[in-house]
Amino acid sequence: MYPEEFLYTQDHEWIRVDGNTASVGITDHAQKELGDIVFVELPQVGAHLTAKESFGTVESVKAVADIYSPVTGEVIAVNPKIQNAPELVNSDPHGEGWLIQLELKDRSETDRLMSAEEYEAYLKGGAAH
Amino acid sequence: MTRNEGLIFERSSPGKTGMELSALDVPPVSAKELLGEEFYRSEIQGFPEVSELEVVRHFTRLSTWNYGIDTGLYPLGSCTMKYNPRVNETVAALEGLATDHPYTPESLAQGCLKVLAQTARCLIEITGMDAISLQPAAGAQGELTGLLMMRAYHKDRNEQRRYILVPDSAHGTNPASVTIAGYEARNLKSNDRGCVGLEELGRAMTEEVAGLMLTNPNTLGIFEDQIQEIARRVHAKGGLVYMDGANMNALVGVARPGEFGVDVMHLNLHKTFSTPHGGGGPGSGPVAVKKILEPFLPAPIIEEDAEGFYRVNHDRPKSIGRVRAFYGNFGMAVRALAYILAYGPQGLRQVTEDAVLNANYVLAKLRSAYELAYDAPAMHECVFSDRRQAQHGVRTGDIAKRLIDYGFHPYTVSFPLIVSGAMMIEPTESASKAELDAFIDAMLSIAREVEEDPQIVTSAPHTTRVTRLDEATAARKPVLRWKP
Repeated sequence: MYPEEFLYTQDHEWIRVDGNTASVGITDHAQKELGDIVFVELPQVGAHLTAKESFGTVESVKAVADIYSPVTGEVIAVNPKIQNAPELVNSDPHGEGWLIQLELKDRSETDRLMSAEEYEAYLKGGAAH
Repeated sequence: MTRNEGLIFERSSPGKTGMELSALDVPPVSAKELLGEEFYRSEIQGFPEVSELEVVRHFTRLSTWNYGIDTGLYPLGSCTMKYNPRVNETVAALEGLATDHPYTPESLAQGCLKVLAQTARCLIEITGMDAISLQPAAGAQGELTGLLMMRAYHKDRNEQRRYILVPDSAHGTNPASVTIAGYEARNLKSNDRGCVGLEELGRAMTEEVAGLMLTNPNTLGIFEDQIQEIARRVHAKGGLVYMDGANMNALVGVARPGEFGVDVMHLNLHKTFSTPHGGGGPGSGPVAVKKILEPFLPAPIIEEDAEGFYRVNHDRPKSIGRVRAFYGNFGMAVRALAYILAYGPQGLRQVTEDAVLNANYVLAKLRSAYELAYDAPAMHECVFSDRRQAQHGVRTGDIAKRLIDYGFHPYTVSFPLIVSGAMMIEPTESASKAELDAFIDAMLSIAREVEEDPQIVTSAPHTTRVTRLDEATAARKPVLRWKP
């Protein structure tokens, strides 16, 4: 279910690190809890993000939720499809539904994130979104 | 019930008119010449051409689709959908009150100014605060007004503070108002009792924090019983306490926020004080403050001089300015005052007690069938979770839609966000026991359906003209107007 090569946050974001850059999205659990997503607000390319701080919002038919950056870094790409097709976050949260790409400032920040196995255990522990 | 109604545009037939103008008995004037070419058009594209009777029938039929507090129980949690007494309307329609112009000179508007001053005095008495502005036109505008006053207060003391603490159970308007006021919202996680925890507060409350914004009773319908200690700790770091007064229907005549540490708060006259909601509105969100914030109140304020003459005082150098034209939604102040005076102190206390009793009655009767989100005595509303029903694939939204088939307005769905599958029920004091019993029977019957035949619930409603709308597409690709 949850890709092994990703890392996860307690706020239900995933990050896939590749060298000095990384992709970020929200997890399958998060999209299921939110329901049909109708709008995603994302930062501009060049924006500086701080770990654990909100960088955007996801709006579904029943709630609006902040998205928190798993790490500190600069936005180098924003998924161009999301604006017109926010449903991609529902249909493929770990793939086509990625949100932003970052250039990492400090790779060691990823040390405190959860592995897929840890994240699944965290979900079973009754984590609320 | 199942007969749908087309759009008025679809009833149009070319050349039909609703009225006939009498023959022109003056020389005709060319509108085109008078107004100029760019302001003239010969035809409004797609304007419906219908008879008077067709117009009357169309809108009369649509009006019967409405579900309001005048139709039946409206247990929409957090909204306090109480009865809007008809006598309020009679009072608001009195000639001197309904027709006075806001520019009427003070000397000729003493009656209206007195109504405003007296409403202010009553609300100050009820909240235990020191001063009030009736200007804000809604709860959320009240929040913004209160936050701007907090900002002005800190600025006046040459302090720079960036954050406002907001519990995770808060109404969504709270963090939104914080952001609009130029602050950053910091989330406070609720403790295992659904309340603000002192430890969490201690960690978050620094000298960079301008204040705490909390709702009491909170959105779970639970009274924050540590409120005095919470306020003490916020004040100790130089912060202010803002109370969202959305749930004041649980406190009026029993507890006064001004006495448990609140510095600034708003009231919703359209909730607690029985003025109409929504289409019958407009709203009104007065903001009451303690002495320390009084200089920053929106200007003008109404003052009574030693001779009993009411004056409008614009000379408020530290005021954050005007937040609404004139004195706010005056008609709502009239209705609220009529309500307050009709009940009097004992009556208002009784209203509160009845509202709390009704919520606890619903809680006691439904807890066998639905799981309580937090097992604590309810104030004016109670919150269940759909956890048990979810095992049968039925969620809070399904149960809410099934309630429509039973003739009730749904409860509040999926709020507060900290409860999975929240079902938030607020009966208010307006519901009789017979009505509450009918609602409870409906809820228990739905709980049985969930176990025996969940599909009847997940495919509800069955008795309405349209059933499940495609909310996702409607929100993703909204069609905001009719086009020919």
